[in-house]
Amino acid sequence: MELNVTDLTVSRGGVPVLEGLTFTLRGGEVLVLRGPNGSGKTTLLRTVAGLQPPMAGEISLPPEAIAYGAHADGLKGTLSVAENLAFWARVHGGQDIEPALKNFNLLGLRHRAAQNLSAGQKRRLGLARLLVTGRAIWLLDEPTVSLDAASVGLFADAVRTHVAAGGAALIATHIDLGLEAEIFDVGPYKADPDLPARTPTPFDEAFA
Amino acid sequence: MIALLTRDLRLAVRAGGGFGLGLAFFLIVSSLVPFGVGPEAEVLARIAPGILWVGALLACLLSLDRIFQLDFEDGSLDLLATAPIPMEGTVAVKALAHWITTGLPLVVAAPVFGALMNLPQPGYVWIFVTLLIGTPALSMIGAFGAALTVGLKRGGLLLSLLVLPLYIPTLIFGAEAATRGIEGFENTTPLLMLAAITLAAVALLPFAAAAALRINLR
Repeated sequence: MELNVTDLTVSRGGVPVLEGLTFTLRGGEVLVLRGPNGSGKTTLLRTVAGLQPPMAGEISLPPEAIAYGAHADGLKGTLSVAENLAFWARVHGGQDIEPALKNFNLLGLRHRAAQNLSAGQKRRLGLARLLVTGRAIWLLDEPTVSLDAASVGLFADAVRTHVAAGGAALIATHIDLGLEAEIFDVGPYKADPDLPARTPTPFDEAFA
Repeated sequence: MIALLTRDLRLAVRAGGGFGLGLAFFLIVSSLVPFGVGPEAEVLARIAPGILWVGALLACLLSLDRIFQLDFEDGSLDLLATAPIPMEGTVAVKALAHWITTGLPLVVAAPVFGALMNLPQPGYVWIFVTLLIGTPALSMIGAFGAALTVGLKRGGLLLSLLVLPLYIPTLIFGAEAATRGIEGFENTTPLLMLAAITLAAVALLPFAAAAALRINLR
């Protein structure tokens, strides 16, 4: 289980944001992405998750290894906590949701509709989803937004357990999670804004 | 995929899910027409199959933008894109859920609403049959349009403009098959054409819609 990123250039709206990114993430490791707002952390995570194609470079990872945790938690307000979680568990092959509920302290809220949760509770449910995916590599975008200190602790514990079991995590965050993690600062990889945006494809030319 | 289908059906029947909206709209259209064209029974009987088809088509259109928009807004679509279900499967399942919650009730209700327009007696069967064959195409084509417009704010109007022209073949053959059936003529050809459109849409459009979704998620 290894995520290899080689000489990667990621782009947003056709403009390169980060270039020349090279790093490796092995099982049992946590890599924390650092960088100011707008530096391209989200774009990098979305590219690694396969939601958008890289502009240049290569990403190699085992198939079906990624669990992506975005800013939005993908919750349905009219479904209960347990129903939301059970849906993602079934999509990913039917893992038991009880440990996930327990680890994120959601047992007492299991029958509550997701629309009645607080922002922090929603976030905890969104993070609990990671546990039921059974995926090895977690890609997390600001996972601790709106979490209180105790919940951040729960989340850090979950990451530690995941990593101890041979998983890996790539986390974009501004706060110190208290994890044994390598820091990867994206700052030096900022793409040259004067770079020609991109070579136009035949498709673009046809509609220019 | 079953999980996705049951979730979408469950969401549709929960509060704010929009289940029954299309049906209510269809009922209103069917009952407005007699007010508009007058109560002459023969005139109504002649236009009934066409009106029922147009009404069903417009009712179908009403809930199309919900197919992907809500999942896009709350981030579920991103997560589904990284899930083990292929995007084509996601599209097909969501179109199926749309058909079950919108198309199927229309099919069942159309003969009943036909009574409001003095639909001739053989028409009850033919409206049911033609809508049953034709409405899956409406949901599938609609899902394709919804996939194209998913990232746009207020994309609903654009969606209608994109999708309505694509509905024309289904409407022509569906209404034609129903009318011919009612008048006692041979209607195998339009029925087969209607079935062909549905099968082609179901076979091809999931791939097109999945490609559109992938681009919109970038």
